[in-house]
Formats: sequence, C-alpha cells, structure tokens
Amino acid sequence: MGNKLGLIIKREYLAKVRNRSFIVMTILSPLLIVGMIVLIAYLTKINSDEVRVVSVLNESSFFQHEFKPAKGISYLYLDGISLQEAKDSTNALGYYGLLHLPNKKNVEQVAKSAYLFTKDNPNTAIIQQLESIFQRQLRQDRLQRLGVSSDQFSKVEQPFDLQLATFDGEKSVKGINEIKAFIGGGFGYAIMMFIIIYGGFVMRSVIEEKTSRIIEVIISSVKPFQLMLGKIIGTSLAGITQFTIWFISASVLMLLAVTFLGIDLGELSGNSTPMPGMTQYAAMDSDMIMYAKEILDIPWALLIISFFIYFILGYLIYSSIYAAIGAAVDNETDTQQFIFPIILPLMLAIYVGFFSVFSNPHGPIAVGFSLFPLTSPIVMLMRLPGGIGEGGVPLWQFLSSIALLILTFLGIVSLASRIYKVGILMYGKKPTYKELVKWLRYK
Amino acid sequence: MFLEDTAFFDQLHIFEKIVYMDHILVAKNVSKTYGNYTALSNISLNIPKNCIYGLLGPNGAGKTSFIRIINQIIYQDSGEILFDGEPLAPKHISHIGYLPEERGLYKSMKVGEQALYLARLKGLSKAEAKTKLKYWFDRLDIGDWWNKKIQELSKGMAQKVQFIVTVLHQPKLLIFDEPFSGFDPINANIIKDEILQLKEQGTSIIFSTHRMESVEELCEYIALIHKSEKILDGKLSEIKKAYKNNIFNVGLQVQQNGEALTKTLTERFQIMTPKYDDTEHQLDFKIQLPTEETSGVLAELSKIANVNRFEETIPSANDIFIQTVNNKDNGK
Repeated sequence: MGNKLGLIIKREYLAKVRNRSFIVMTILSPLLIVGMIVLIAYLTKINSDEVRVVSVLNESSFFQHEFKPAKGISYLYLDGISLQEAKDSTNALGYYGLLHLPNKKNVEQVAKSAYLFTKDNPNTAIIQQLESIFQRQLRQDRLQRLGVSSDQFSKVEQPFDLQLATFDGEKSVKGINEIKAFIGGGFGYAIMMFIIIYGGFVMRSVIEEKTSRIIEVIISSVKPFQLMLGKIIGTSLAGITQFTIWFISASVLMLLAVTFLGIDLGELSGNSTPMPGMTQYAAMDSDMIMYAKEILDIPWALLIISFFIYFILGYLIYSSIYAAIGAAVDNETDTQQFIFPIILPLMLAIYVGFFSVFSNPHGPIAVGFSLFPLTSPIVMLMRLPGGIGEGGVPLWQFLSSIALLILTFLGIVSLASRIYKVGILMYGKKPTYKELVKWLRYK
Repeated sequence: MFLEDTAFFDQLHIFEKIVYMDHILVAKNVSKTYGNYTALSNISLNIPKNCIYGLLGPNGAGKTSFIRIINQIIYQDSGEILFDGEPLAPKHISHIGYLPEERGLYKSMKVGEQALYLARLKGLSKAEAKTKLKYWFDRLDIGDWWNKKIQELSKGMAQKVQFIVTVLHQPKLLIFDEPFSGFDPINANIIKDEILQLKEQGTSIIFSTHRMESVEELCEYIALIHKSEKILDGKLSEIKKAYKNNIFNVGLQVQQNGEALTKTLTERFQIMTPKYDDTEHQLDFKIQLPTEETSGVLAELSKIANVNRFEETIPSANDIFIQTVNNKDNGK
C-alpha cells in the first residue's frame, strides 16, 4: 500500500517537473523577478540622482547664503533682471521653478511676499525644503530680536531623537513592530501564493485524469484516497523544488546584479519596506546595530518550524478541497463557482493580517483569525515574530490553533476524499452544491 | 436431534463450499442504490472458472456498477460476493484485471513509462513488469512504441497498450467491458484471439457488452441484466435450446407453378414468409412444427418437391435478449 503511494507521488512529481511550461516558469521567473528589482532600483537611482534647479531672483538684502544645494535641488542666482524676464528665462531654460524674493525692509515681510513659480504643481519635497529654510531664518530672526545671538541659536538648533525602550529596560527602535509583522506577513503571503498556485495544479491534474479516463484504468488498482494524497504530495514536492530553485537562482542573480551592475539595493529601502521613520534615521550606526539585534532576536527557529507546520497543514487542507473540486467537475471552466469560496478566506487572512494584525498583533481580531483554521496558517505567522509567551502569542493560542488546524485537516480531507471518490467516476453535468452534499453520504 | 441438525448444516456448508470452489465469482443478492436510483437489485450470479461469461444488457442496466463492485471501486449496499471461495477483500484486487469501457491513458507520458507505472500499481516489481511488458509488446507487435508519447498514438494503438496493462499481471479473473470498441476489425480480431488464448491458459473472463453479435462466438455462459435486475442466466447453449421454437427454414426446388404450390402448402402446414423465385424455380419459407419431430414433415415435403434446404432456426442471443426483455416489460 505504502509502495503504491510512493509510486503515485513519484509519477505526479515527475509529470509536473518534466512539464515544459513548468520548466520554463522555473527558469524564467527568477530572471523576471531579478530583472524587475534591478529595473526598479535603476529607476529609483535615476529619480534620486535627478537634481531640480530652482532659479532665485533675490531683490532683498536677506537670504543671501541660505539657499545651498541639497539632495535633489540646486539653486541658480539671477541678478539685475525683472521678474518677467526671470520667469521667461527660467521657463525657456527648462529649470524647475523660480523663487522670487521681493525687496522689503525685514525678513518677516520678505518671507511673506516671496513666491515660488513653477510650470505645474510643485513637488512637495521641494516645497518642504524651501519652507524649512524660510522657517529657520524666520525663527533665527525672531530670536535675535529677543536678544539671542546667532551662535547661541546654532547651539539651540540641535536635532533630537527620543530614546525608546521596553518595560524590561531593553532599548528598542522605531518601526520594529512593522518589521516583525512584515517578516511574518512575508511567510503568510508565501503560504497563500503556494496554496493558490499548487492547489490549482492539483485541481487541473485531477480534471486531466478524469477527462482522459485514465482514472477508470487506475482506480481498480489503487484506492481513491491514495491517489488523491499521492497527487497532493507529488505536486507539492514539485512546488517545493520550484521554490528552492527560484530562491537559489534569484539569490545568485541578485548577487551578480549587485556586483556587476553596481545596483545599490539601499536605494530600494525607502520604497520596498513600509517602515515610516526608518529611512531618515537608518544612517545612524547605533540604530542600525539595534535593528540588527532586534531582527536577530526574532525567534527564527520557532518561526521557521511553525512556518513548516502551518504550511503543510494549510496546504493539505486547501489542496484536498482543490482535488475534490477537480473531481466534481468535467472541465476547468466549471470550477469558478467552487473556487471563489476557498480563495475568500485566504484573501481575508491577508487583508485582516495587513490591516489589523500589523497594528495590533494581539488584539481580538488577530486572535480570532489566528485560531480560525482556514485563516490561521497566514494570520498566526504574522503574529509569531513576536515570539511565544510574554509579549508574544500566548502558548495556549499557539497550541489550540495547531490543534484546530489538525482537526480541520482530518475533517476536510475525509469530506474531500468522499467527494473525490464519487466525483472522479461521474461525468456529464456540473454538480450543484446540493448534489455534492448527497455524494458525501454515498458508501 | 439438535446434533443431527448441526451436522446437516455442516454438510450443507461443505457442499456450498465445493460449489463456490468451482466458481471464480459468486454473487448473492447484491443490491446497490445511488440516492433514489437503483443500480442493482438482488443480483445473484455464479461465474464458473475457466470460461468466458457474458454480462449482457443495454446501457444503464447496471453492468458497470456490478463490475465496479467486483473491483471494489464502490461497495454493495447489501448482499455478498465470494471470490474464489472467499469473501471478496482488497487482497483479491491483484488477482483481477479490469479493462473499463471508458478508458484512457496519460497523454503526455511515454508509452513504456506509463505501462510500467500501471503494471507496478498492480503490484509487479520493476524487473518483473519490464520482462512481461517486453513479451507483450513484442507479441502485439508494438515494441517500437516504447518511447512514444500517448498523444502521438491512434486510439486503436492506445487500446492495445491498455489491453496489455490489463492482462499483464496474470490475474485469475479478467473483466473486459466492451473490449472491442475503438478497434478496427483487424485489431479487434487480434484482441479476440488473445482473449481466447487467455481462457485456454485457465483464466476466467467476464465479458460485458451490449453488442450481442460478439457474444455468440465467445461466451459459454451469459447473464442478462435489464433495468438493474437479472432476467436470465445460464449456459448459452442451454438457453438457446430452451428458446428454440421448432421453426425451420425450408428451400424447395419446384418443377411447376410455385404460387399454386405455396397455396397447397399453406393449407396443409403453418407456413411463414414464403418467397418464390420464378427464374430459379426456388421456393423458400419458414415452417412452424408442433414438436421437435421432423422426419414426417420432411418425408411429406420430399414427395412434393426436391428439398434443398431444411434447417432449424436457432435464436440469436440478440433475439433471446429482445424476447426476454419484452416478456419482462409486458409482464409488469
């Protein structure tokens, strides 16, 4: 019996792995992904390298040295021309904009009547940069009138960062919760993609066996359950092979891209990681060490072991439903109405995860969805980077979510295999849900 | 008294056992329903060893359900099945070979690889399967197909591969469901000869079909299944004997006017479908005799004309089938 299961797994695996489109996908995907990342990095680099030139027509006696080239912006000083001429020439030369400072008697008034002229709506970053220059100058001016010297002023103007720590006294850094949730979310997302892609493979493979009538030939030598299980395992092994190849080749390609094309992945950090507040502080070494420490502190062993537990159980549950759907219908177009209800909880898990678990990893919604078996593989993984026990997921929640998952797995597989058993030998019209329920009762 | 009774039942049991040992398959009151639909009702069959047993009936009669029960793909709701004297169990699967009516193969798999896979699912070791496959591929002259993909083969070619896979593990019982569908006449003949050859080697064969013409030349026993019920079973020759009705085909070489002679004969005997050929002076008709006794009639006819044909009409399986079904339906 076990021998037969082995044979089926082997056949399903080889059938999948030798499939031409599978091979093409396996080879092309990493190239596409790496290509895309390199492209995005390249475009970001171009974008950030672009320097916008703002011409300055300063008719006042203030702000003589305040406009200094900074990231993404440089200044061109115009002199001795009228405002209209300045506008025309700035426009004709294709500069970004014209900053006009009229001749007034004090800083306050100059600032009030200053204008930025641009072709279209100006870029927010530039406005902010200009505004902060004005702001600083105004503040200094007001303070000077109160008797503060410019030396004293620069001493006052020191940047400040609030220090962060946990109750245990450990130092913490900004955005670490987001990083943790993001790592967990990555695992959850991987599970969802795997289920949808390889569940679909299982389903198509069942339909193929049915329409080619090979099922009639095989079914006298093996039990339908063995066939279903063999198919699910064989297909998932093929999937794991594909993922491994993708991971390894993508890493190698990435390394090559970084080494030879000089693409700096740091360019991406602002876009690819949703860590508000992180980018501007990341430069500080002590914080970097802190981040590294926090990331190393994530219970990786627990996370990886749980990933495999949730991955295997979740995949088995969903793919046996996919197999049952494949058995119930005669062709792929008939599967739509049945597929939607199984994709729904997966989507829900991802959305709930991103909108609720990230901000409140141990709130009631997060707890509920990480216990509910159809969403727990994704949602629980988003919570787990915080560890188990104090400050993390309570142990009872972790254990009961796994227990519920196992119970559901047993229940669903037994129901799915009943539908599968009847369905693979039924041809003709697409069954209704009512008929599927009836099939469950057949011996 | 009590003791005697037990002994009697023991004897009966032994007797039953002997009967069962002579049969590869015994079905007792087997019923199967799907929801409200009855597929089989109270079917009892005894299928002897080493013969070809025809399981006949129109589409939807319940043949496939019965065969699936034997193959343990589905299970009966009630009733018992004995295989080679033992209650049917999963271990018997390796002694059964089944060629289903609706059959196919993996399209993108190579012929040899696929045959090997199916053979190994039947429990053969890799080496054993290879040797046997080689023998059969050579025997059916398809040795050079080994590395072809199924989608490159014609339907008939694929059928040959399926036939080989069905018989490869030398089962005690072979079940063929419409084995000739999809074959051209030449290949159908090759397969027919192989089936007869397997029977010679001692295999018991169930042959399920709704095409009666193929039954006559292959089956020794038949069972008719109609609307989920068995309506007739037994040895084909005996059934035919029981169904013959003393009608004879007669051909006369006549000298004078055939029409006049027909009239004379019609008055004297029960004559059906007379046909007179003017140029050949040949008169053909069917005659219904009251008994099996033919000599008197034959002598009388010989006096009138030269008898060049006189043969009993034997009902075909098809006739028997239609007649039984009609009787059954009218009786209800």
